[in-house]
This record gives sequence, structure tokens and C-alpha cells, in this order.
Amino acid sequence: MSTTATERLQEPGVELTPRGGVASEITARSPLQLFWRRLKSDWLALGALGVVVLIVLTAILAPVIVDVAGTAAPRATNADLTGDFGEPLGPNAMASSPSSDGTVAQAGPFGSDKLGRDVFSRTIYGSRISLLVAFIATAITVLVGVTLGLLAGYYRGWVDTLLTRAMDVMLAFPVLVLAIGIGVACSGTGGCLGGAIKPGLAVVIFVISLATWPYMARIVRGQVLSLREKEFVEASRSLGASDRRIIFKEILPNLVAPIIVYSTILIPQNILFEAALSFLGIGVEAGTPSWGAMIADAASIFREAWWYMTFPGIALLVTVLAFNLVGDGLQDALNPRTAK
Amino acid sequence: MGTYIFRRLIWTALLLFFVSALTFLIFNVLPTADPAKLRAGRNQTPETVAAIREQLNLDDPFLVRFFSYLGDLLFRFDFGTSVLNDEPVRPLIFEALPNTLMLVLGAAFVWFASGVVIGTISAVRRGTIIDRVAMTTALVAISAPVYWLGLVALYLFSSDLGVLGLFPAAGTYDAADGIFTNISSLFLPWLVLAAAFAAIYARLLRSNLLEVMSEDYIRTARAKGLKERRVIFRHGLRSAITPIITVLGLDIGILMGGAILTESVFGIPGIGRLSFDAINRNDIDIVQGTTLFLALGVCLMSLLVDVLYAFLDPRVRF
Repeated sequence: MSTTATERLQEPGVELTPRGGVASEITARSPLQLFWRRLKSDWLALGALGVVVLIVLTAILAPVIVDVAGTAAPRATNADLTGDFGEPLGPNAMASSPSSDGTVAQAGPFGSDKLGRDVFSRTIYGSRISLLVAFIATAITVLVGVTLGLLAGYYRGWVDTLLTRAMDVMLAFPVLVLAIGIGVACSGTGGCLGGAIKPGLAVVIFVISLATWPYMARIVRGQVLSLREKEFVEASRSLGASDRRIIFKEILPNLVAPIIVYSTILIPQNILFEAALSFLGIGVEAGTPSWGAMIADAASIFREAWWYMTFPGIALLVTVLAFNLVGDGLQDALNPRTAK
Repeated sequence: MGTYIFRRLIWTALLLFFVSALTFLIFNVLPTADPAKLRAGRNQTPETVAAIREQLNLDDPFLVRFFSYLGDLLFRFDFGTSVLNDEPVRPLIFEALPNTLMLVLGAAFVWFASGVVIGTISAVRRGTIIDRVAMTTALVAISAPVYWLGLVALYLFSSDLGVLGLFPAAGTYDAADGIFTNISSLFLPWLVLAAAFAAIYARLLRSNLLEVMSEDYIRTARAKGLKERRVIFRHGLRSAITPIITVLGLDIGILMGGAILTESVFGIPGIGRLSFDAINRNDIDIVQGTTLFLALGVCLMSLLVDVLYAFLDPRVRF
């Protein structure tokens, strides 16, 4: 699937028409125009893009949405919203006995959890944790991966040997196992790296970027290895350009497409990654409205309280699916050879 | 071929060393807190902390501890001892290993078979409604978190409280029952674990097959009048499937630990479950032991895959 597609993208020039193009009566279109034309006809990707925008807006406007819906704050516990045996209340269910002030409490549209917290509010706020972790971790991965991949591919020699061997060692660990190990090591009192990484969201972001940078670096390195031998780089060098100029002005612009494609693959992966770590109880502290943690919480009572696992699960599925569809669409649009 | 295998062996030995060293660093240098305090549990006294320091030889210099760890691993195949319940980790791993193997190998069979069938149909019927539906469904399967899928499957199909009651409930797997009794308990976990992988393999096979089908030798095969069926199966699929077999070997190795999510949802006492329980009890030694075991396992698995591949595909020259 994606690997072959990204590999193909690695051949520079596949997605870019030569600069200047062929001048003829056929209208010349810039690569960006071609890309946009292809993306416009992919209604599935465009629809998914709309959903992604909606989810990002939900995360930004979470307090407003919860306020308008009139549901309780995501961390607010409410003993009135659990049943006589401490079981959660279903969607819109009324409490079995009146509260101390005489009114009968009602659960929100998605029901309540074991502590009487509102599942709707928590699901809405969960998008914040998910996107925050995924975006920051992806940004770090891209930064680290591109920098090290560029260094290894451009300078070759011992820098390359050292970096590729380091990547090989990191890649020998199954990602989830490595993440669990680092997560557990960093979640003790005092965090890790001499206290630079404190337990909580920082650990999750640290773990995810540490486990994923080698994949990014490997892709970038492969690209740079072939790019640095191209005529336009040679031309630039023969004109006396410095390494810095060649890296930033000649090579980096040609890496933009594969970096974008791989990042769009990484974001949904990282969303699932964060949720899996939270599900396993690594990273986010108790009470944080994270989709993975909510599903873990729901796992012990999923037969009695179907709503508790259903809504965060659907939120997670829809978010990841939307990002994946956008990623697929971008890939097809940038690289027509793989298009359906 | 001989020199290739020799070089590959040397690198694997080095890799095993680095992987062991990295695991040691993660669990002994990365944490800020005192390793003895980390292991002493919630109600710790200075005495227990001191006793653990003694037991772990924490007062020794770092390199001494590192080499004694390596020595134990190399000569006694020792994966550490859980300080929390004073139990060596290796027997725990070997007790759990067959259960994980049962789960992963069964699931691998399901996902490989269904992935290849769906991928082939999709490629042959490229662009039709069947293809689009299959590929979109595949993307949904890739996007669904496996533990959530497991819970939904149990909610719908488990026999104790499920809506349809078709399959045994979670936690019914018992290694003591023997393989045949357990096959029914494993049915649901197999399907759930296989779903995302089947989807990935279907997409992979589809794109491989499409690429292969545009090769010149396929045109030759068609030109000499072979039936389309024979062109697809004998000429196309054969070479499209080879890279997937490599991926299969690696995925099975990775899943030895990656099945942690499925195992914890279905209550299967495998390696993942072992480390899941250890995470909850904050038993760092067991997490370290399983991490090390799995990483070493994956290194050896990829060695095996590379060597097999060199035999399978004579075009590979190194």
C-alpha cells in the first residue's frame, strides 16, 4: 500500500513537471495547478478534508460546544448521575433518585461514566488531546527525521554510517513495545532525561516521536541520496554554491512532496498511537479526557454501558479514517501513477 | 550468497548487542528517579529501598552493572528478575509464549488468505464498484483501533452477554485446555486482530499486482494467447506475492509483542498480557524483560526473513 506509493514518490521529478515546461499551444500548468485539478475531482478526499476541518474546529471550540450543549465540564464528577449501584446512566436517562436540592438530574446525550462525568463533554474534549499529541509528535518527527535524514544522505561517510546504524537499532524494536518501554521508564516520579520529560502528555509526545523518527529519516535519506547526484545539484555546486545553499535551496524544495505525504500518513498513525498508549494506561494522567483512556475505562463495564465505549470509539474511528482518506487523496493527486 | 549470509550474521550479532544495550539504557539511565525507589512500591520504607539497592547491586559502577546484565543475558539467558514478586522473568515469558503464538499464527493465516483474495479481486476489477467498496472498507479497518473493535465484537457476538451470542466470551481461553478446546475461544480474537492486517495486505497486494500487470512479460504472456486467468495467477500473482511474504514474516515477529492490545481485551494470557499486567502493577523488571525478549526476537526473525529471501529470490545480489 502506502510504502510502494511513497517509494515511487521518492523518485524526484515524478510529481513535478520540468521547470519551464514545454511551451506549446497546450496550456502549461504548474505542478500545483495539476495537483489541485486532480484533488478537486476526488470527492471522497474532499469530503474527508471537510470532516478533518470540522474535527479541528471541534477541538478548538470545545468549551463553546459544551457550553451550547449545556453539558457538564469534562472533568466534573457528579454522584447524582450514577445509578444506585454506582453504574453509569445511559444517554438522556434520568437519575433514579432526586438530588439533594430536590431536582432530578439527567444524563447528557451520550450518557455518563462510572464517576458520573458527562461522556459527551469528554468525547468533545478528547479531540483536543488526540490532535494536540498527534500534531506535535508529527511535527517533532518531521523536524528530527528530515534533519538527520538530510545530514546522513548529503554528507554520507561516517555521519551516514552512524545515523543509519542508529536507525537500524531503533527499527529493530517493535514500535509499540519500544513505546511501552520508554513510556513506563518515563512515567515514574521525576519523569526522565533528568526531569526534562515530566510524566503526562510530554511523555506521550516524547515516546511517539522517539519511536517514529527513524521511519521519516530513512525516507528522507533515500531521497537525498538520489537528489544529490542530479544534474541541477551538480550545476549549482559548479557555480560555487555552499553546502548550505545546496541543501536549503536545491534539495529541500524537492523533498516537500514526500514529506507532506508521509506526514499525512503519520498523523492518523499517531492519533491511534496516542489512543493505544492511553488505553494501556501509559502517559496521560487519570481523569484526562482522552479517547483511548475512556475506552480503557469502559472496557470493564462495556456490556452494561454500551454508550461509554461507543462514542469515544466512533470519534476515534471517524477522525483516523478522515485523515487516512485525505492522505490517500493527497498521494493520488501528487502521484497520478497510483491513482485508481 | 555465503559472504552475504556471513555479513548478515555479523551485523545481527552487533544488532543484538546494541538492542540489549539500548534496553538497558531505557530502563536504567532514562528514568530520573532512583531505580530502587521506582521498584519499591507505594508504601516504601528506607529499609526496603536499601534492600532493593543491595539486590540490584545499584551501588556498583554503571559499567559493572551493564556488563553483569550482558553476561547474565548471554551465558544464562537471563531476562532479569521481578523485584516486586521475586520471580525470574524468563519462565513467565516462556509460559506466555505459546498462547501468543496461537493467537498470532491463527490471525496471520486469516489475514494473509483474506488479504490476498481481496487484493487480487480488487486489482483485477480495478476501478469497478467492487474495487472501490473493498478499498474503502479496507481503509475503515485500518482506521479502527483494534481494542475497540474487540470490545464491539464481544458486545455483539460473545456468548455470555453478547447480542447474538455466537462465540465464547473473553477470558475463556485457558492454555491448560489444549489446542482444540481453545480454537473456539480464539475465533473472535483471530478475526479482530486480522482485520487491520488483512486490509493492509489487500491494499499492498492490489498495488503490487497492478504494477506487475503492466510489465512486458505479462504482455508477452497475453500475446502468446494464454488465458487471462492463467496470466493473472501464474505470471502476475506469483511475483506480486513475494514481497508480501517478507512483510508477513516481519509482522508475525512484531506482533509477538504488538498483540498486547488484543490480548488484554480478550484476556489471553500471552506475552502482551504479561507486560500489560506488569504496566498496571508498575513492575518495571517484567516490562524490561519482555521488551528485551521481543526486540531480540524481531532481530532474529528479520535475519531469518532476509536469508530465506535470498534463497527464494535468486535475483537478489548483495
